[in-house]
Amino acid sequence: MEYFIELFLSGLTRGSIYALIALGYTMVYGIIQLINFAHGEIYMIGAFVAYIVCGVMTIYGFHGVSVLIIAGMLAIIYSCAYGYTLEKVAYRPLRGAPRLSPLISAIGMSIFLQNYVLLAQTSDFLPFPALIPDFEFMEPVAHIIGSAELVILITTLVTMILLTLLIKYTKIGKAMRATQQDMSMARLVGINVDQVISVTFIIGSALAAIGGVLVASYIGQVNFYIGFLAGVKAFTAAVLGGIGSVPGAVIGGLVLGLTESFAAGYISSDYEDVFAFGLLVLILILRPSGIMGRTTKQKV
Amino acid sequence: MKNLKQSLAVSLWFIFLTFPLMVIKVNTTDQFVQWRWMNMLWVGLTIFVLSFVWRYALNRKEARQMAAMSGQDDQDKPSKIQVLFENQALRTKLLFGLLAFALVFPWVFDTYQSTIMISALIYVVLGLGLNITVGLAGLLDLGYVAFFAVGAYAYALLNYHFGLGFWTILPVGGILSCLFGVILGFPILRLRGDYLAIVTLGFGMIIKVVLENWSAFSFGPSGIANIDKPGLFGLDMDIAASTTYIYYIMIGLVILTIVVTGRLKHSRIGRAWIALREDEIACVAMGIDIARTKLSAYALGAFWAGMVGVMFAAKTTFINPASFTFMESAIILSIVVLGGMGSILGVIIGAMILILMPEYLRAFSEYRMIIFGAAMVLMMIFRPQGIISNIRQKYEFKGLKEKTDNV
Repeated sequence: MEYFIELFLSGLTRGSIYALIALGYTMVYGIIQLINFAHGEIYMIGAFVAYIVCGVMTIYGFHGVSVLIIAGMLAIIYSCAYGYTLEKVAYRPLRGAPRLSPLISAIGMSIFLQNYVLLAQTSDFLPFPALIPDFEFMEPVAHIIGSAELVILITTLVTMILLTLLIKYTKIGKAMRATQQDMSMARLVGINVDQVISVTFIIGSALAAIGGVLVASYIGQVNFYIGFLAGVKAFTAAVLGGIGSVPGAVIGGLVLGLTESFAAGYISSDYEDVFAFGLLVLILILRPSGIMGRTTKQKV
Repeated sequence: MKNLKQSLAVSLWFIFLTFPLMVIKVNTTDQFVQWRWMNMLWVGLTIFVLSFVWRYALNRKEARQMAAMSGQDDQDKPSKIQVLFENQALRTKLLFGLLAFALVFPWVFDTYQSTIMISALIYVVLGLGLNITVGLAGLLDLGYVAFFAVGAYAYALLNYHFGLGFWTILPVGGILSCLFGVILGFPILRLRGDYLAIVTLGFGMIIKVVLENWSAFSFGPSGIANIDKPGLFGLDMDIAASTTYIYYIMIGLVILTIVVTGRLKHSRIGRAWIALREDEIACVAMGIDIARTKLSAYALGAFWAGMVGVMFAAKTTFINPASFTFMESAIILSIVVLGGMGSILGVIIGAMILILMPEYLRAFSEYRMIIFGAAMVLMMIFRPQGIISNIRQKYEFKGLKEKTDNV
């Protein structure tokens, strides 16, 4: 039973990270129907910036929580900046082009960003300092759930609540929903659609950066290639939940995380990825619109 | 002046963006920070210049679009190379020249050059195969390398366990890949473009994970060594001779691929693919069987990858899962995209450029992937039709005008 709970919690942790990244995919897809293939790279850049800031600060003698906060903030700022620039450079000139074009452009951007980090930094796996301290009150349950996992779960929960509030009650959230429903109509009622798209990319990137910092600190290493697999998995989560739907991304992320965790724990950890993609294929066959997605009729 | 200010702002923005990654390098083992200020200067200058080029190119693109809208349509105007190829007499001469060059190549240059040429030719066939799926049928396949792996492993394993020869496996590998294409195609028939891309990507990764972990079947990450080279009636060949021999087989395979895909393109099924690419709903309305069309696109695309996979295993005599990563898929895809989707000549030229360039410019090979990535983005923005765009076949009633004149 304890093993089961342990697996369940680690699946939940993993799933909440997937959910954080998946939200970026789902929001962008909801608005411009584009798989932002380079989203995983934004996540990786977030983790890398955090790594660099941590490194510099530790060498200049800072320690403790201040490092975590500053590194996290800078990671978010830089990820947002990259997300914003990415949209401006690679996707905006392609608005109105056939659907395949922005997707290929996104793949190109993903390869570009990966190799940019590879050339600018290194191809080695770099040790990421454990930024999250071990809490004392966690001692009695430490064998089931670690402090880092707890922090990840809480951070994700808070972020999700903030995001829901943002989308539901603020002006920009309303504009985002309107753009998602009908872009040209939104433009007609005076919504600056380009701005809304930029904001969507920025929010998505911020979420990815949070995920990046948490994962890097949890796993303890960063590499220029981590964004690729995380991105693909998160996209799987987004599709699983029903792409375009915000609660769907969260549920999809959790389902994916739990599936992987149980499959790895009870069957074999070598085939983790196979289970993830098997699940994706299964969902797509049985319910192509995902768990929470609505089926939309295609019109001519 | 306004432009100058704008460019300055852009370059400052990029200096900010690239600052932590380009300038700072942390060395955690020796505990010191390396500040690379020179990089900052370079980024600033490069972006400053690039932003001018970028603005100019965007303006030009817009102007061209405006011209196209106002009726002066020059989009369908064939490029110079196409005009050259339209000229029948010149085309035959050119083709014979190329063929002659290809045939004498291994005798003029040394074995090393032939080996490079063989790998370029392998990518030509891969590009042409993927061209069917992506270029003609418009189904984005990000796991194409999986079919390549199926072919390579089919040869390696059948050769290892049963001692079957190259020529027996060559068609078998193709057909096996074909089957995999159909297996992959079935569940995703109902999916639209972007889902398709992700599922194929997942498929590619599943194949790789299985090859890496199922050691009893595939010998795991260490791969399979000592695969037989293709034999010629049991003749003993040294390395140079067998390279030449493989080179000629490859030339034959390339010609076969060109002929078959060229014929396919203008066949009934090829037209159905193009219709599918342009508009799926209209395509159904015209009475085209979508399931059959999509499956055949996958199967026929996969077939070439399987064949050339067998070739690859025979050429390198050693394979392991590391040869079949997503990056390979991405390279093949960029060959198709850069060369010109749907255009056979474009894909051939694309493969030659993309594979031979890093071989001959060694200094450049480190920057190969970053340039590929950037080129994919730039191509999509400024020249979506590729280096050599696909010309649509047009049918004109040449006789009609004369008849009406006579009346």
